Amino acid sequence: MKYIDEYRNPELVRGLLDAVSILAAGIGRDVALMEICGTHTHAIGRYGIRRLLPKNIRLISGPGCPVCVTSIRDVDRALYLAALPDVIFATFGDMLRVPGTGGESLQRLRAAGADVRVISSAADAVRFAAENPGKQVILMGIGFETTTPTVAAAILSARRKGVENFSVFSVHKTVPQAIRALIEDPSLKIDGFLCPGHVSIITGKEAYEMIPRAGRAAVITGFEPADVMEGILMILRQIMEGRFEVANQYVRGPKAEGNLKAREVMAQVFEPGDAEWRGLGVIAGSGLRIRHEYEGFDALKRFTLPEIRSVEFRGCRCGEILRGVMAPAECHLFMKACTPSNPVGPCMVSSEGTCAAYYKYERTSDR
Amino acid sequence: MCIAFPGRILTIDKDNFAIIDISGTRREVSLDIVDEPVTVGDYVICHAGYAIQRIDEEAAQEKLAFLKELIDNEIY
Repeated sequence: MKYIDEYRNPELVRGLLDAVSILAAGIGRDVALMEICGTHTHAIGRYGIRRLLPKNIRLISGPGCPVCVTSIRDVDRALYLAALPDVIFATFGDMLRVPGTGGESLQRLRAAGADVRVISSAADAVRFAAENPGKQVILMGIGFETTTPTVAAAILSARRKGVENFSVFSVHKTVPQAIRALIEDPSLKIDGFLCPGHVSIITGKEAYEMIPRAGRAAVITGFEPADVMEGILMILRQIMEGRFEVANQYVRGPKAEGNLKAREVMAQVFEPGDAEWRGLGVIAGSGLRIRHEYEGFDALKRFTLPEIRSVEFRGCRCGEILRGVMAPAECHLFMKACTPSNPVGPCMVSSEGTCAAYYKYERTSDR
Repeated sequence: MCIAFPGRILTIDKDNFAIIDISGTRREVSLDIVDEPVTVGDYVICHAGYAIQRIDEEAAQEKLAFLKELIDNEIY
C-alpha cells in the first residue's frame, strides 16, 4: 500500500535504530519519552518498538485514547441518553464496551433492546436522522482535533439539509491543554514528546510550542515503525544538542499551519469549555461544547439529564496509567480481573488503550 | 481513535463525497473539511469518513529517498 509499505521496511527501521542507539549512548543518562497518542501506543506495541530501544530510553504511554479519558460521569450520561425511548444512539465502535457505573455499557443496552448503532463516519448519523424522521438521533461526539471537525461538519450539513431530529452529545477534548497539564505534573518527568501525527494535521505545529518553551523536545510523528523510530531519533538529537523545537517527522502529513478549513469548521460549531478527564481531573478550557448558535443540535440542551451518581470501579488504575505514572503491569487487576474480553476500565477496552495494547503485544515485557 | 489512512481519489460526486481506493478497498469519504482543492488521482489522508489532508507526494518521496540515502551511506 503506497505511503504505508515503504515505512515498514525493516532495513530502514534497523538503520534508524542503530542511529538511536548511538545517540542514546552519547546522552548517557536515562531518558523518558511520552507517546501521547493511543494510535502510537498501539503501533509501538504492534511493532515491538519498546523492546528494541536501548535500555536508557523509556517510552511512557500518555492520555491520547479519547474513549479512555472520557470521565465515568460522561459515560453514564451517554448510557442515559442511549436508553431513552425513540432514540437512535450513534457512536464510534470503541465506545461500545466502555463500562459505566455498575458495569453497564452501550453494548449491554443494545442487547436489552436499545437502538445503539456503530458508525464509521459522523455523516452516517445525519443520514440515520434523515431516514428516521420519527426518531431522535444522538451522536456521541468523542475524540480529539482529528475527529472533532468531522462532527462539526456533520452538524453543519444537518443544518444545511434541515435535519432537525439530530443532536450531538459532545465530550470532545483538545490535546494541547492535556500536554500542558502533563508538563506541570511534578510526579512526571518527561524529556520529550512524540506528538500525534493526525491531530497535528488539523492543529499544525503551533499547538505544541509550550513543549520546547518548557525545555522539552517535541516531534510530530507518523504511525509506521520507521516513522516512530525516526521520531525518537529526532527527539534524542534535540536532547543531545539541548536545542528544543517543534519538529515534524511526518512530512507526508501535517503542514506547519495545519488544516485551517477544518479548524474554521470546528470553531464555527464548538467553543472551549472545561472538561473532566479520567486520570487528569478537570482541565480548564480543554473541552469543546456546542456554541449557542447551534444549541438546537446540542443533546444536553435537547434532553433533560438527571443528576447521576457515578462511581468508578474500585481498584481500577486507569487514571494513573493515563497520566503515565503507572504501567499496566503494576495494576492488580491487569490480566486477572481485567482482560480485553472482560474489561474493568476503559484502558482495556479500546484497542489503543494502554492496557489493551500491553495485553495484546507486551505481556512479557517488563518495561 | 485518530487512525487515518492514505487513499487515492477515484471519483467525486456533486455532494462533495469521494470514492477512494485504499489498497483495493473502496470507501466513501466527505471532502467537506480538506483545505486544498483535490481532484481525481490525488492521494488524501482519511479519518472517520472525511478526507483531512491532501498528501504532498513530492515531499513524501523526497523524504523517503533522503532517509534511504542516509542509511545506505551509514550517515544515520
